[in-house]
Amino acid sequence: MAITKLATDARALPVQAIRPPGALPEEDFLAACIRCGLCVRDCPYDTLVLAELGLEGPATGTPFFTARNIPCEMCDDIPCVKACPTGALDHGLTNIDDADMGLAVLIDEEHCLNALGLRCDVCYRVCPVIDKAITLERRHNERSGHHAIFMPVVHSDHCTGCGKCEKSCVLPFESAIKVLPVRVAQAKAAEHYKLGWEDRNPLVDELIDLPDRLPGPGTDNLVAPGGYLPSGVEGLPDPSMDGGFAPSYGLPGTGGAGQ
Amino acid sequence: MSEKTALPVGQEAIQDKGWWLAHKFLILRRITQAGFLGLFLLGPWFGIWWVKGNLAGSLTLDILPLTDPLVLLQGMFAQHWPETTAIIGALIVGVAYALIGGRVYCSWVCPINPVTDAAHWLHDKLGFAKGWQPKRGTRYWVLGMVFAASALTGTIAWEFVNPVSMLHRGLIFGMGFAWTFVLAVFLFDLVVSRRGWCGHLCPVGAFYGLLGTGSVLRVSAVKRADCDDCMDCFAVCPEMHVITPALRGAEGDTPLILSSDCANCGRCIDVCAPDVFKFTTRFDDTPAPARAVRRKPKRQPEASRAA
Repeated sequence: MAITKLATDARALPVQAIRPPGALPEEDFLAACIRCGLCVRDCPYDTLVLAELGLEGPATGTPFFTARNIPCEMCDDIPCVKACPTGALDHGLTNIDDADMGLAVLIDEEHCLNALGLRCDVCYRVCPVIDKAITLERRHNERSGHHAIFMPVVHSDHCTGCGKCEKSCVLPFESAIKVLPVRVAQAKAAEHYKLGWEDRNPLVDELIDLPDRLPGPGTDNLVAPGGYLPSGVEGLPDPSMDGGFAPSYGLPGTGGAGQ
Repeated sequence: MSEKTALPVGQEAIQDKGWWLAHKFLILRRITQAGFLGLFLLGPWFGIWWVKGNLAGSLTLDILPLTDPLVLLQGMFAQHWPETTAIIGALIVGVAYALIGGRVYCSWVCPINPVTDAAHWLHDKLGFAKGWQPKRGTRYWVLGMVFAASALTGTIAWEFVNPVSMLHRGLIFGMGFAWTFVLAVFLFDLVVSRRGWCGHLCPVGAFYGLLGTGSVLRVSAVKRADCDDCMDCFAVCPEMHVITPALRGAEGDTPLILSSDCANCGRCIDVCAPDVFKFTTRFDDTPAPARAVRRKPKRQPEASRAA
């Protein structure tokens, strides 16, 4: 059905279109947003706009902003969320610092002035969550050999995606740092990954059970591959015997399996 | 049929009542439609924010929330339970239209109505054939599909294509290419199907029609005995099948137009010279004698042969 197709297409949200603070995940948002524009009306900085059919933007009539044009000013009272009658903007968001509109990414290190070893620092200075969402990390400048690079680094747990860094990047036209939707900007570690320097017990017990390396029948300990045979008996050990085990590879000098 | 059938629609009413009274409800409707749209435009055009939002959801004087119950229902089918504000808004709208007639929305508020009325006016002027006429139940199937699509895709599905909200939101927030949907409806009504969109397909109209099934405000053919068969009411009515049971009812049949398709637009009242129709409530039981039984004029066999 045509409507179904359109609805599915509409989920292909352009990456430059950032949803307002508190917006539900995109698939829930399209079930909740009635496109009334009340968030747009209550935005004091005219940041938010409703998407228009056929123009750059998300599903027609839904609210978004383009950080490079007008970023979110992160109002303390979050008027856009309060204005939303349906909860498409989650009323549970009461502290704007908890907003998760997107994630800033230093996308062009080749042109970022700080990455080139200069001191621009503008994205860092304008960040409303300065020193938490963006920090400057000192690195050695390999090019000059005796200078430092103050690299802007974004931290996802504090970045709200307001886009002030993208707006203020001094480069002409495109910004070197851009706010992207979290679903685009962020990868996820596999569930069983553990960082050994954060977790003293790096093994995941439920997933991996390493064999107990004890010698004797019923183990793959190479001290006695294939298990032992009672003394005086010729031939291979019976694999079906309790704990019996015959490796599929042959081992030289044992006269055993695989030959 | 009488000799008067051949006269232009509304001519006798204009002669008897004057042009203004013969267009009273049409003018009131246009004023109301413009007024509702104007209220929404006061903010963006003049900075007077009495009403914020659009027909899908609005906030009046920072206190009165209104929500389109159809849009909200689709959201519920898509498994989103809305905040209380939206539910209160939808209840207010729902109760209001349930009392005054659901399709009052169509004829007095909806911004697409002037578009399809214009299409019908031009259709009439150009003398086009009525074209494809979908069955009466089609719009309910469309409505059902809208809910099914909402549930299947987990979205408020109709809002991706709804020409009503496209136009209204477009005028208030920015049109983009939404005008193409409006033009499509105009051309559909002009070329493909006479009164096809509002009268046969639009699921918004279907929904509001169902909402107003038991509405209190109704048009009644109280003086149906005075009907002179000029057929003007049928000619102006966008849902002409609603008139027949009331106007042509037998003695004892109610003269009230009870069909939920009736949009309470009042055009039948305007164009009727003998003032057969009037607005009343569904509880109005003023006796309304049926029309005298009329015989079809006998035709002379020779005359018909000659014709």
